[in-house]
Amino acid sequence: MSIPNRRSLRNSRSVLQLIMSPFLFWIFALLMLVFGAAVIINRNPIASALSLVVSFLGLAALFMSLDAYFIGIIQVLVYAGAVMVLFLFIIMLLDLRAEERRQINLLTSAGAIAVALVLLLEIFHVIGTFKSTAQPFPPLARPTSDDVRNIGALLFQKYNLPFQIIGILVLVATVGIVLLSKREPR
Amino acid sequence: MVTLGDYLIVSGILFAIGFAGVMLRRNLIIILMALELMLNAANLSLVAFSRFRLLPNGLPDYNGQVFVFFIITVAAAEVAVGLAILVALYRARQTTDIKDISQLKF
Repeated sequence: MSIPNRRSLRNSRSVLQLIMSPFLFWIFALLMLVFGAAVIINRNPIASALSLVVSFLGLAALFMSLDAYFIGIIQVLVYAGAVMVLFLFIIMLLDLRAEERRQINLLTSAGAIAVALVLLLEIFHVIGTFKSTAQPFPPLARPTSDDVRNIGALLFQKYNLPFQIIGILVLVATVGIVLLSKREPR
Repeated sequence: MVTLGDYLIVSGILFAIGFAGVMLRRNLIIILMALELMLNAANLSLVAFSRFRLLPNGLPDYNGQVFVFFIITVAAAEVAVGLAILVALYRARQTTDIKDISQLKF
């Protein structure tokens, strides 16, 4: 009984060290942040949308480094797949070109950046007050290859009512979109 | 070793980027993208907390991941409705700049 246990423990720990190595973490975090900043810096909406794809892929890699494989995969499928296609489709449908350089209101921009910086400092301060933020992640008991089953069980048992409410929400959204995009009869 | 604080800091920076995007940009499509960035920053911190707090059986606390699942679903519906409103607006006003749509009444 002890041999497979120990092997699985060692296995999980080596996978953990490989995946959660600081090098990979910082590479994907930097990728996500740089392309996230590129989303709001680019003037061309198509370039913004493509930067958003790269940012979401980096985020999916971070999810996988946290052993959340299911969330990482639906991140790729839903965001990098569906939502991005929707964005690109709308950009091309509306035929939006890069914005012409308008006069930028310096005071407004400085104010916006200052508010964002204050928010960032406040977030850092709150994180600094947590005691457990300096601890590394505890190792898992076994490599979780069955997190889809665990999330599914939770979703259909404990969170059954919210799940059905979400279903109604998506239905309402679908009907609303059809109604909004229908041309009004003359 | 990567700690919980590292993930929270990265998540906070991503949230601030999205927030700055909403405040700075005037193109409605870019504002929607920045909103997505903010939602994803929240998702990252939720997943990090879920991984950090192990249950007694040694598995992550999947409640956080279920919440992330709900957030992703709602965000997808929100983007779809937002873009549909954008298309309707563009048909009426031929613009996506928020400076040109400062009035509720056409």
